[in-house]
Amino acid sequence: MGRLLLHRLGGLVTTLLLSSVVIFGSLYLAPGSPENVLFGSRAPSAAARAAVRHQLHLDQPLPVRYWDWLTGALHGDLGHSMVTGQSVASRVGSGLGTTLLLVAMSMVLVIVFGLGLGAVAALRPGRVDAAANALTSVSVTIPPFVASTLLISVFAVRLGWFPASGTGTGFADLLRGLVLPACALAVVSCGFLARITRNSLREQLEREHVQTALVRGLPRWVVLRDHVFRNAMPPVVTAIGLLTSGLFASTLVVESAFAVPGIGQLTIQSVAQKDFPVVQAVALLLVAAFVICNALSDLAQALIDPRLRTAGRTA
Amino acid sequence: MTTLAAAPGAPAGTPTAPGRTARAPLARLRRTFGISGILAGVFLLAVLVLAVAAPLLAPADPNAQSLLDSYAGPSSAHLLGADGIGRDILSRLVFGSRTSLLGPALVVSISLLVGIPLALLAAWYGGLVDATVARVFDLVYALPGLLLAVLAVALFGPGLTPAVAALSIAYVPFLARIVRAAALQQRNSPYVDALAVQGFGVVRITVRHILRNIAPVVLGQAAIAFGYALLDLASLSYLGLAVQAPTSDWGVMVSDSDALMKGYWLPVLAPGVLIVLCVLSLTVLGARISGERPQSYLRLRRGATKRSTTKPSTTKGAGA
Repeated sequence: MGRLLLHRLGGLVTTLLLSSVVIFGSLYLAPGSPENVLFGSRAPSAAARAAVRHQLHLDQPLPVRYWDWLTGALHGDLGHSMVTGQSVASRVGSGLGTTLLLVAMSMVLVIVFGLGLGAVAALRPGRVDAAANALTSVSVTIPPFVASTLLISVFAVRLGWFPASGTGTGFADLLRGLVLPACALAVVSCGFLARITRNSLREQLEREHVQTALVRGLPRWVVLRDHVFRNAMPPVVTAIGLLTSGLFASTLVVESAFAVPGIGQLTIQSVAQKDFPVVQAVALLLVAAFVICNALSDLAQALIDPRLRTAGRTA
Repeated sequence: MTTLAAAPGAPAGTPTAPGRTARAPLARLRRTFGISGILAGVFLLAVLVLAVAAPLLAPADPNAQSLLDSYAGPSSAHLLGADGIGRDILSRLVFGSRTSLLGPALVVSISLLVGIPLALLAAWYGGLVDATVARVFDLVYALPGLLLAVLAVALFGPGLTPAVAALSIAYVPFLARIVRAAALQQRNSPYVDALAVQGFGVVRITVRHILRNIAPVVLGQAAIAFGYALLDLASLSYLGLAVQAPTSDWGVMVSDSDALMKGYWLPVLAPGVLIVLCVLSLTVLGARISGERPQSYLRLRRGATKRSTTKPSTTKGAGA
C-alpha cells in the first residue's frame, strides 16, 4: 500500500510539473507580447515598454522566469493579475471555495441518483431496466450547457424558484444559487455512473457464488450486501473518481452559464481579458484537481480491493 | 469490414419469392446495426444532407434580420419562428449544421491521422517505443480537452481554428489507445507471424492486414469521438470561444441568453435538441459499428488508460 501511494504521488508530482512547464511555456511563447494587454490600443514609447517589461520580468530569459514563478507558486505567491493588479492567489482563493462546493453538491446528486438508478436497473430486469437504459443513453449526451439553458428556462424564468445567475450574498443564497448549476453538471455523470453501476452489479449477480448463496436460503438482502454490492464496488469507485475530475472541467461551462463566481468563470474571463498570470494559475489548479481525482480513485480502489495492493507490490 | 461483408449473404440467396431478395439487404442491415442503429444512421444522413445542401434547403437567408418579426412564433413564414432580431430560426439551424459538423469532422480526421500511425508503431515495436508513446499520452490526458482548447484560445484569440487544433491534440490519446489495443491483439495472432516469416515488410503487414482487420473498431470509435468533439466544440462556441456570434452555429444559438431570459425557449432549445440527437445517434451507431456496447465508452476512454498500458509485459519492462 505504501509503495502504491509513493508511486502514485511521484506520478502526480511529475505530471503537475510537466503540465506547469507546458502551460507556462505556451502562454509566454504566444504571439503578441503579454505587455500589449496593458497598453491596449495605445502605442507606447520604447522607454515605457521597456520599463513595463522590466517590471513584469519579461526582459529575463524564459527558464529564469519559470523558475521564479515556480518558487513563488510553491510559497503561495502566484503573481499579480495584469488587469486588476490584485494578487492572483486572492482572486483564485475567493473562487476556489465556490467551485469546490459546486462540485461537491453535484457529486452528491450524481452518487445518489446514479447509484440509485443503476441499482434499480440491475435488480429489476425487463421493463424497468430498459427504461433506465433509455434514460441514461439520452442523459449522457446532454451537454452541461444545454442542461443549463433547459433548467434556467424552466426553474428560473418560468417558475422563478431559483436565481438564473449569480449566487447572491451569504451562505444560504450561495447554496440556493448553486442548486441549478449542480443539477446541470450532474446530468451527464449521473448517466455514466448509472450504467457502470448497473453493469457491474449485473456481472456480480450472475456469478455462481451468488446463485449458490440464494439457493441455500440466505436472506436476499444479506447476499446483496456482502456478495454483490461489495464486489461490484471497484469499477464504481473508479468511475466516481474519473467523473469528479470531469466535473472540474465542466465547471468552465456551467459557471459561465449561471454566472457563478468560481474558478471556471474566472478562467473564461481571464482568457477573454488575456490576463496571463491568472490563466496560468487557474489552469494549473484545474489540472491539479483533475490529476488528484484520478490518483485518489486509484488509491480508493486499492483500499477496497485487497488484490490490487499485492499486485502493486509484485509488479 | 471484410467480416461484415462476408458473414451474412447465404439466407438472402435462397430462392422462394422474389420479394424476399428485395427485402434481404434491409434485413441484413437490421442484423448488423439494429433498429436503433438504422434510425441513428438515417438521422445522421439527413443532417449531413442539410449541411451539404443548406443554401438549397433553407427557407430564408440565415442572417436576414427583420425587427418586425422579433420573437415571432412559428408561422408559415417562419416555420420555427424567429429570434430576437427577426432571423429565421429554421434557416439558422440548417446553416448552423455546417459549422457544427465541420469542426468535429476536422478534429476526428486530424487525431486519426496522428493517432493511427503512433498507435500502430507502439503496437508493432512495443518496448521503449510503446512506453514513450504511453507516457506522452498520459501527459495529454492530464489536460482535459476543454481546458486545452480554452488555453489555445487564450494564446491565439477566439476562433474555430485554435479550438479545433487543441481538441485534435486532446483526442489523439483517446483514439490511439483504442487502435493500439486492437492492433496489439492482431499483432500477437498467428497470421501476422506467418506474414512476417514470409518476409513481408512492417508497413505492408500493418497497413494492409492489421489496419484492415481493426477497421470496424476504428470507425466505430471515430464516430463516438465525433459526437464528443461536437459536444466540446459546441460548448466552446457557447462560451464565445470558437465559432463567433453572427455566424449561425448550434452552440452559438444556445448562448442567446436574451431569448432565454424573456422566456422564448424555441430559439435556444431547438439547437440544443439537435445537438443531443446528433450525439446520441453517433454514439449508438458508433457502438454498433465497433461491435461494442455503448456502456464501455467511459472505461475505454479513461479507466482503461491505466489498465491497457500496464497489461502487456512489454510496456512494464521498458517503463520501469
